Amino acid sequence: MSGRQIGDVILDLQHISLRFGGVKALTDISFDVREHEVRAIIGPNGAGKSSMLNVINGVYHPQEGRITFRGEERRKMEPHMAAMQGISRTFQNIALFKGMTVLDNVMTGRITKMKATFIEQALFFGRAHREEMEHRKKVEEVIDFLEIQHIRKTPVGRLPYGLQKRVELARALAAEPSMLLLDEPMAGMNVEEKQDMCRFILDVNDQFGTTIVLIEHDMGVVMDISDRVVVLDYGKKIGDGTPDEVRSNEEVIRAYLGTGH
Amino acid sequence: MPDAASQALDTFPRLLFYHAQVRGQRVAMREKDLGIWQSWTWADVAERVGALACGLAALGFKRGDNLAIIGDNRPHLYMMMTAVQCLGGVPVPLYQDAVANEMLFVLQDAGVRFALAEDQEQVDKLLEIKDQLPALEHIVYDDPRGMRHYNQPFIHDIHELMAMGRIHLQNHPDFLKTEIGIGDADDVSVMLYTSGTTGKPKGVCQTHNAFISSARGGCEFDKLTDADDILSYLPMAWVGDHLFSFAQALVAGFTINCPESGDTVMTDLREIGPTYYFAPPRVFENLLTQVMIRMEDAGAIKQKVFHHYMAVARRCGADILDGKPVSFGDRLSYALGNLFVYGPLKNVLGMSRIRVAYTAGAAIGPDLFRFYRSIGINLKQLYGQTETCAYVCLQPDGHIKLDSVGMPAPGVEVKIADNGEILVKGPMLLKGYYKRPDATAESINADGYFMTGDAGFFDDDGHLKIIDRAKDVGKLANGAMFAPNYIENKLKFFPHVKEAVCFGHDKDMVCAFINIDVGAVGNWAERRGIAYSGYTDLASKPQVLELIKECVEKINEELVAEGMLADSQVHRFLVLHKELDPDDDELTRTRKVRRGFISEKYAVLIDALYSGKSSQFIETEVKFEDGRRGKVSADLKILDAKTLPVVKKAA
Repeated sequence: MSGRQIGDVILDLQHISLRFGGVKALTDISFDVREHEVRAIIGPNGAGKSSMLNVINGVYHPQEGRITFRGEERRKMEPHMAAMQGISRTFQNIALFKGMTVLDNVMTGRITKMKATFIEQALFFGRAHREEMEHRKKVEEVIDFLEIQHIRKTPVGRLPYGLQKRVELARALAAEPSMLLLDEPMAGMNVEEKQDMCRFILDVNDQFGTTIVLIEHDMGVVMDISDRVVVLDYGKKIGDGTPDEVRSNEEVIRAYLGTGH
Repeated sequence: MPDAASQALDTFPRLLFYHAQVRGQRVAMREKDLGIWQSWTWADVAERVGALACGLAALGFKRGDNLAIIGDNRPHLYMMMTAVQCLGGVPVPLYQDAVANEMLFVLQDAGVRFALAEDQEQVDKLLEIKDQLPALEHIVYDDPRGMRHYNQPFIHDIHELMAMGRIHLQNHPDFLKTEIGIGDADDVSVMLYTSGTTGKPKGVCQTHNAFISSARGGCEFDKLTDADDILSYLPMAWVGDHLFSFAQALVAGFTINCPESGDTVMTDLREIGPTYYFAPPRVFENLLTQVMIRMEDAGAIKQKVFHHYMAVARRCGADILDGKPVSFGDRLSYALGNLFVYGPLKNVLGMSRIRVAYTAGAAIGPDLFRFYRSIGINLKQLYGQTETCAYVCLQPDGHIKLDSVGMPAPGVEVKIADNGEILVKGPMLLKGYYKRPDATAESINADGYFMTGDAGFFDDDGHLKIIDRAKDVGKLANGAMFAPNYIENKLKFFPHVKEAVCFGHDKDMVCAFINIDVGAVGNWAERRGIAYSGYTDLASKPQVLELIKECVEKINEELVAEGMLADSQVHRFLVLHKELDPDDDELTRTRKVRRGFISEKYAVLIDALYSGKSSQFIETEVKFEDGRRGKVSADLKILDAKTLPVVKKAA
């Protein structure tokens, strides 16, 4: 019943190496992401998964390698440029403004779309007023989509962990991204919260056709919702393919899944 | 559109088009969507209802067809009810949180050809059981989210249906008017399924006349006008919601407000500030608990002010509300209290504008009831069932008695049968159970009275008191009425009593088993430095027995004061050595006492109660949660409670 068509490669990473001084975080990693797919990155602790995401959205600059995003090759990219190009992300250890309400937090996701000048915004005048209404409408759609209406006016710091994760996803979605990077969206959640989150991720992917790259520890989740999986271990790529291929890959089993499987 | 003035307003479609003419620009419905309250005027609603009705007709909906409505309270779902009624069909609202298999029986029984599902979730449920529903031909959905890939030809978007209807109406301009014209006040207007705690659910067929009469009576009784606002958040399949949010709204022409989602009800309540409100006792209890918890976190000065003025409210609040004489000093204090405490509190609760609030469905604790009335919220109780459009008794303004359900509503005749059963007659009675003439015949007696199955009596002022289910009511050896549930409920209102089981049928006195509430009594014991190891130990402490004895004696006083049940005073009681438990089959899963089973299992104890012994040894097998079995034994003390002499009233 899936309506999305997995398209061409939109993000291609070739021979990426990243070092912090003498520490090799990533060594010669190549993989690609196709349009509209759900791509998972898995691996044991310290395998370099988060570093990989940080390379994609420009927080880290790899010493070697080539990144091609939508046909445009680049060596260096800054996070705000990534955001402008339609890449949004969430963080492993929630990075929201704890004292602000859910609504205000999600509103910050619209920052790249705001055109009004500082003066106009300060005086709530001209474009600022009109824009505010447009942005609020978009934000309300996201709030409706993720079913968080009941906490709209609640300060984020007062919410339970599972809901904060959802708010973070809402903020990322408010930017109307074409690619969404999710860093362990389900860490620390109970089974029910995980199921909800899975449903939302699949809904986002299905409804908006958003390409999703996610890091996740829960193997059940990864295998259920991903189209393709990359496996990292000690900064190296040891497997790449559909969940079934990865599950039967000898090296992956040894490194990650354990011999019990 | 039909000419309203020339026709009697005796069906819901006629009422709707009448409002569209008379108050077309007033708001009929609101729903919060994307954070903003969206409104539909009566004219909008009438137009959409017309479009829906014609759309259904274009799909082949015929007079007498049933249409299932499954979903939360949303304007389109309410509109669909009237649309179906325009065509002489019958809407059948279902409980939206039921799983597919629970819905199956009702959908099969009602033989629905059409269904309106709120969203993807409900559509999925219907698709899951569609194989077993050969009659189901069309599914219409309201919320398009997630529905993009459902391309089955029998699934329709409600907006497509309206578009189809508008074309149909252009081609047949007289169609709607004719169809509404054919409708009759005695046609079935809705079918509500009873919850089926006893056997399979039964479809209760109610006519336009029944619901319109009930709604008219209720609106006049509480002086509801088109300026009122109600929050519609209780299940549409429940008779109360159909009466308040549908029938009364259409009769009085007031506004219904649909919450944004189930989780936002409290916020929406504050934003709308309804003037007319209904909630089960549980909701009022939760609200009060929240207030109290937040008050405990408040600063010392605020707490002092709060408690001072709550004491004032307890003293005179309810009397002021009832219009009884109150001293000038008290009035002044109350006015200050209103400024400092009650007003802001009501605002926080979203109850600032409430003129009339109702509760029903379960017994409401007297303290809870008094609290709301004392801060100036006109909370009242009502009594009725699905079969009587939830319209039998209402508490009149100014004459509220905590433990009664009020006086018979306008147009309703209530009488008490010899066995204590409440019988009712009036225009609000059901036409019959759907396809169940046998059940209909069983529930309506030869004189045309509906047998409610509840037992009760009228007090001296003509207020009806419900005491028990009629089948549970027995007689003492001296012929006096014995209503175990009534006594047990009284006992259970004490926080220290968790469960109680009373015996007395065919006996010369009433005796009781009591379960203490470990939490409450444990806390009580801790504060007094009484050490205990567990339930059995705690239950056998002399101090605890003394505590329970006080409770029993208090209800004995109440029973005597009420007169009618003075013979049912509890003479002897014991505190059980173990908690009654559904795992041991002593309670049902909904925690109702299984009287028969208990009296067999504990026959020794009952004998001991009635034979005048002062203690009895008992050993009982218990099942633990992991399936193991064990034994609990104890030497139970049996206590005599003080009883008061029964004063026979002069005949």
